[in-house]
Amino acid sequence: MSQTYRLNNSGQINRDKKISFKFNGKKYFGYEGDTLASALLANGVHLVGRSFKYHRPRGFFGAGVDEPYAIVQMVRNNETEPNVRATEQELFEGLEAKSVNCWPSVNFDIGAINNFFNKFLPAGFYYKTFMWPKSFWYRIYEPFIRKAAGFGVASTKYDSERYEHKYEYCDLLIAGSGPAGLSGAYAAAKNGANVILAEEKPRFGGSLLTSEVNIGNQSGKDWAEKIIAELKGMPNVTVKNRSQVFGYYDHNMLVMSEKVSDHLPRSKKFSPKQRLWYIRAKEVLISSGSIERPIVFGNNDTPGVVLASAAKEYLKVYGVLVGKKPLVFTNNDSAYETAIEFKKNGIDPIILDSRNAPKSEIIEEAKNLGIQIKFSYVVVAANGYKKVKSAQIAQISPDKKNLGKIEKINCDCICVSGFWTPTIHLSSQSGNKTKFDEKIDAFVPGKSKQNETTVGSANGIFNLEETISSSFEKGYQLSKKITNNDNKVSTPQVSEKKFTNHDKFWCVPLPDKKNLKRFLDFQNDVTVSDIELALREGYRSIEHVKRYTTLGMATDQGKTSNLNGLQLVSDVENKVVPSVGHTTFRPPYTPVSIGAIVGREIGKHSKPTRKSPIHSWHEKNNAVFVDAGMWLRPRYYKKGSEGLFEASKREAANVRKNVGVCDVTTLGKIDIKGPDAAELLNRVYTNAWLKLPVGKARYGVMLREDGIVMDDGTTTRISENHYHMTTTTAQAANVLSHLEYYLQLVWPELNVNVVSTTEQWAGAAIAGPKSRSLLQKLFPDKDLSNEGLPFMGYTEGDLFGVPARIFRISFSGELAYELNVQSDFGNFMWEKIIELGNEFEIQPYGTEALSTLRIEMGHVAGSELDGRTTPYDNGLDGLISKKKDFIGKRSLNREAFIAKSRQKVVGVVPLDKKTSIPEGSHLVKDASAKLPNPKLGHISASCWSVEYNNPFSLAIMKDGKNMIGKKLYALSPLKNKSIPVEIVSSHYVDPKGERVRS
Amino acid sequence: MLYIKCPYCGLRSQNEFAYGGDGTVKRPTLNKEVSDKEWDNFVYNRKSPRGKHVELWHHISGCRQWIKVQRDTVTHEIFKTVSADKEI
Repeated sequence: MSQTYRLNNSGQINRDKKISFKFNGKKYFGYEGDTLASALLANGVHLVGRSFKYHRPRGFFGAGVDEPYAIVQMVRNNETEPNVRATEQELFEGLEAKSVNCWPSVNFDIGAINNFFNKFLPAGFYYKTFMWPKSFWYRIYEPFIRKAAGFGVASTKYDSERYEHKYEYCDLLIAGSGPAGLSGAYAAAKNGANVILAEEKPRFGGSLLTSEVNIGNQSGKDWAEKIIAELKGMPNVTVKNRSQVFGYYDHNMLVMSEKVSDHLPRSKKFSPKQRLWYIRAKEVLISSGSIERPIVFGNNDTPGVVLASAAKEYLKVYGVLVGKKPLVFTNNDSAYETAIEFKKNGIDPIILDSRNAPKSEIIEEAKNLGIQIKFSYVVVAANGYKKVKSAQIAQISPDKKNLGKIEKINCDCICVSGFWTPTIHLSSQSGNKTKFDEKIDAFVPGKSKQNETTVGSANGIFNLEETISSSFEKGYQLSKKITNNDNKVSTPQVSEKKFTNHDKFWCVPLPDKKNLKRFLDFQNDVTVSDIELALREGYRSIEHVKRYTTLGMATDQGKTSNLNGLQLVSDVENKVVPSVGHTTFRPPYTPVSIGAIVGREIGKHSKPTRKSPIHSWHEKNNAVFVDAGMWLRPRYYKKGSEGLFEASKREAANVRKNVGVCDVTTLGKIDIKGPDAAELLNRVYTNAWLKLPVGKARYGVMLREDGIVMDDGTTTRISENHYHMTTTTAQAANVLSHLEYYLQLVWPELNVNVVSTTEQWAGAAIAGPKSRSLLQKLFPDKDLSNEGLPFMGYTEGDLFGVPARIFRISFSGELAYELNVQSDFGNFMWEKIIELGNEFEIQPYGTEALSTLRIEMGHVAGSELDGRTTPYDNGLDGLISKKKDFIGKRSLNREAFIAKSRQKVVGVVPLDKKTSIPEGSHLVKDASAKLPNPKLGHISASCWSVEYNNPFSLAIMKDGKNMIGKKLYALSPLKNKSIPVEIVSSHYVDPKGERVRS
Repeated sequence: MLYIKCPYCGLRSQNEFAYGGDGTVKRPTLNKEVSDKEWDNFVYNRKSPRGKHVELWHHISGCRQWIKVQRDTVTHEIFKTVSADKEI
């Protein structure tokens, strides 16, 4: 297809490089340097989508981030991506995109029927309509809304692209490379500051790319190119294009998204698709410019109605005509530049100016060029459905309330300008309280809260000379403040055409007896009448009006609509705009892909995986792993066709019968040293610690200050002032922080040091009646008899040349030991244990067997110490010292904690001795009672008792002690089970604890 | 993200720290008779002041020291940071 709307020689595109691309399956050509939007317009394609609610045809409105219409679904490198603005997407060879929000096609869209039923789709339609009947919600309303809502389709595939995060620090971050940004960056860089200059577009220069000005005896564009080239060569400057600073957070932390590869057919090797920069800047210069706002008139959403500045950008940057019979509708001077540009390229525009005979240099120039200008004229409505065909225009009275006779004028596009809105998003996000500037009818930044300064048109300055001189000055001042350098560069001479005042006019009144749709928010289809309705219905706060009508809530966040919405509210309410206020600006300024936010923290990279030094042995021996926090632990070792149940039963039974070995490296370990170490333990644990002799271990429970059990474990006295504390795997980090808190803040007088040694020691638990015999083989020279190393004893030994710590402690209820060696020797220790254990029929056991062994012994663990239970609940009364104070002791006197009916840990056995009780089941008296069935307790942990060969569970139940012997039911509505059970003691196996002492 | 000056390590980003709650709470001394009300106030009751507030932060991915930070709860401005043994 020929590019009938492309000019022959203007523009900043590379005409030597033709690029082919597909839109809605049809093949087109563009040039290197085009955006998808400019290339489509060059090919005469104006219809790119359908609107959100009424499915009206939509074309292009802007030429950048403010674009509300042209949102497409992109296909790039076999990945699909929604919510891409065609005005931002650079063209590359083989690009494919399609329209969204239309079915079956953009040319014929069934949903457009909504357009004729618009009476049924007023503001708050969803709130009003989809309320009843309740049963309709899931079946009818939600599927309907889901189908109708949203722009495009998210991919369900794994995203194979790579995204990166980068942290950066700088003296001065400058957001925007227009005249203000370039001036500030240049002055600051020349004064020795470390500068980052960010530009959202591929080309640097902002408005200088399209304006007719002269800076330092060069064109604005040439000056911008010269400055950028010089900045790029400076070692203290980072210049980034395609990089949007989208969020301003606390303490001058800004986040910028850099589109590294989106403009290429595929990402280069070792290069990410996008990179998110977290920038901590000492000072920020916001030079984000301004966005043109439209004047509201009838059918102003018709394809062919564009912003005047966008039409100019298409002409000057891309050499593309948005139309061949343009109508320029304006209330200010800037749109005259657009008209003049058309004229220079041989196209005759007609200007409608709402002002009554304004006078200025540029108006004179337009007149001299022979451009037809109609003053006090407005566009009442656009005619045409899929493209503007003509316009209804009329003269307007000086008070802007009455229209003259409607005339029809032929045109194929309407370039509209309602003056400029400073882009204050970043300033506002920084906490700056914005203020209303009457002169420009818009909000500008007020007093700075963080170290931020706004310059140029973002600060409401629309005069280039002032912008450049003040930005040079700010760049110099800020850099001087940071670097103390005093190297000031001179400000260049600026010549530009002076503009006269704009007309404070934003909405064309409706002609008599006509009901035309006048759109405010083009993306969410919010019209003037929607806002009026919301106000009639009593909505007052601008934040409520926004949410009720969805004004400014689309993906463009109302960049072209918010201010006109405020004008309307203030008109109807008869208030001034500043008292209506604006809605809160929140990051991100433009949509950011989820991939960029997540960065490299995906899948297994989302958190570290901790592995014991024995991990590879477990892998080689068919271990099936389970996540224990960040750790990977063997859950069971699979033999043949065994599943979890058979394997864990086999492993646990072998511990009870012979001997087993379990990797306990993951247990938290804390080294405690100092003359006051015993005193610290005495205050942290509930039992007494001052008299623990060297070479002995003790079990301890620690509480939070609210009396709830925090953690349990054994601590061993290695030498006079040296202790080795163990914690549960899950609480290791919390316990260390807890000890540090008390040592640093509460009892700094205690002379103790604590340090985590979890990863320095590898641990193996050897448990079972044959464990002593095995241990003797491992340490042939040591006296390991019951007298030589009694229960809770500690000694050190030599494991074939490796120093080892030997603890006689047990979690399984069997005779058991725990060996610790330096991590590097962990695998050596393990292999020795297995090698020498063979003759005792040793088997490794995993966490499932470990649980079985502790449950049937009635040892409480994480499922009972669940952050809601006291030591009494867990039957740990014997560990509560009456004589001394400790953390949390005072709370144990609380009425509820000592109540008679307080919960206790008990054992539960099914009456049929066959049915396993699901964890989480509720214990009730009457299985068939009416809901809500009073709950007496819940099953905290379940296992298959290898000692008795039947299921056994632990439960936490009200008045548990007095319930022993009672017959109840365990109900699990989730698993649809009702199991008759008997309550028994939690100490199901070896209740007197004889085995561990044998 | 806050920028917190650790008295030991200097200015570091918030993601190196863990928040540790109200820094003005004093634990009753051990072995001292404490009324229910006094204990409740220590364990549960916290003020949520608007404006200047002293809070604890733990430099958990740094030097592992607990520090006191005086911060404005509205503006997030940090006025002062000191080591655990000092008062603000």
